[in-house]
Amino acid sequence: MRWIESRWTWVAVRSFLNVAMLLLLLQGAGMAQQAPAPGPVPPAPPAPSVPSPVAPNVAPRFLVVLDAAHGGNDTGARISDHLLEKDITLSLAMRLRSMLSAHGIGVITTRDSDADSSATSRAETANHTPAAACILIHATATGSGVHLYTSSLAPTPVTRFLPWQTAQSAYVTQSLKLSSEIDSALAHAEIPVSLGRTFLQPMDSLTCPAVAVEVAPLAAGATTKATPLTNTAYQRSILDALTAAIDEWRTDWRQQP
Amino acid sequence: MLLAAVMMAAVLIRLRERAADRLHGAQDRAPIVEPAGVPATPVALLIPNDADNSLAESQRNMPLPQDEGARARVLLESLLETFHDPKSTHPLGGAASSKSVPPKTHPPDLDAVFLIPVPQAAGQRSAGTMAVVNFSAAFAQSHPSGIEPETLTLLAVIGTLHANLPGITQVRFLVDGRQQETLAGHADLTRTYLAAETVPAGGQ
Repeated sequence: MRWIESRWTWVAVRSFLNVAMLLLLLQGAGMAQQAPAPGPVPPAPPAPSVPSPVAPNVAPRFLVVLDAAHGGNDTGARISDHLLEKDITLSLAMRLRSMLSAHGIGVITTRDSDADSSATSRAETANHTPAAACILIHATATGSGVHLYTSSLAPTPVTRFLPWQTAQSAYVTQSLKLSSEIDSALAHAEIPVSLGRTFLQPMDSLTCPAVAVEVAPLAAGATTKATPLTNTAYQRSILDALTAAIDEWRTDWRQQP
Repeated sequence: MLLAAVMMAAVLIRLRERAADRLHGAQDRAPIVEPAGVPATPVALLIPNDADNSLAESQRNMPLPQDEGARARVLLESLLETFHDPKSTHPLGGAASSKSVPPKTHPPDLDAVFLIPVPQAAGQRSAGTMAVVNFSAAFAQSHPSGIEPETLTLLAVIGTLHANLPGITQVRFLVDGRQQETLAGHADLTRTYLAAETVPAGGQ
């Protein structure tokens, strides 16, 4: 009897151990699904430094960033006794936004009011958007017509990570093409244009084709008569030309591979 | 311990005073009047033009000092003086309208020009010299604000230095002895400008 009892006890103990092991295995499998076992951690996917590509079946949206230069305590140039650069750039940017929206073009602005905004924050706003064009609007009392500026940075290939201070270098070639498009549209509207290159913030940090459009009064010349920057017809002709150029740029942009 | 700390502080203050004296002495030694008995040397000044956003080379003859740093300063003073001309194509604030103000009555445009050897990379023969141009606060305050006028001023300075002193390969800008973000709200002054890449041959 004692043998039988010890045999039954042994069977019971073995059964209990089997069930316990099975439960442990099942629990272990469940935990493995919930959290990885300690050991080498698989590398997390790196954060993209440029906008992620859009799904192949969805057409990417054509977006334009408008940066009305200066604002708040940063008044920019004094155009006249009653006109500051920060005010005219905001006014032009808001009107250009309406005109581009009427053409079905998505617009993102870096400021919508007379607010302080640092160069870094403007670049952050622009770089969070997969923008097809970035237009920086400036104004000055010097010179004549419209001055188009692109970055002086030497072109570099696009890489996954770009240095913040020189991110525009990967887009300089496209920026020059965009500048050429705007130049043609302004010339078509018979507005004097000069082209140049410069180091300018936030332009040098932008990850999009970027052009600084600096609007100046019209000086009297062979084909032009002196026109102040406040002239609404002059402003309208500049905005019409910019709208036409960006519309043309959209066509070129869609044909890109 | 306390005595050593006090002595060290005194030595540091004295060293700082001597460095300041040396700096002021260097500024005072730079010629601001024409050196007598020195033959005139042909120089090229790059004169900006706001109307068409260009730089035009202007040939002048002027006596120049032997020291390269002093020569750079004389060249830039001559260039910036043209901005005060009532008929200037690139006038400073109010220069074009201030016909009654006699020439050279304005505050100095330049505080100093320093020449520093550029550190040589391994295997490189000569890296040239960096010019540190220290504009006066008065110059920056009277400078017109805008991408075009500010860029033209920097290009004219860089181009004039590089055209007459080809050893200057890099240029940095200060205002009143300090690094400033921009000249008058636009052109970036935080960068080192490479002379050969910044100004194309024959101006812009």
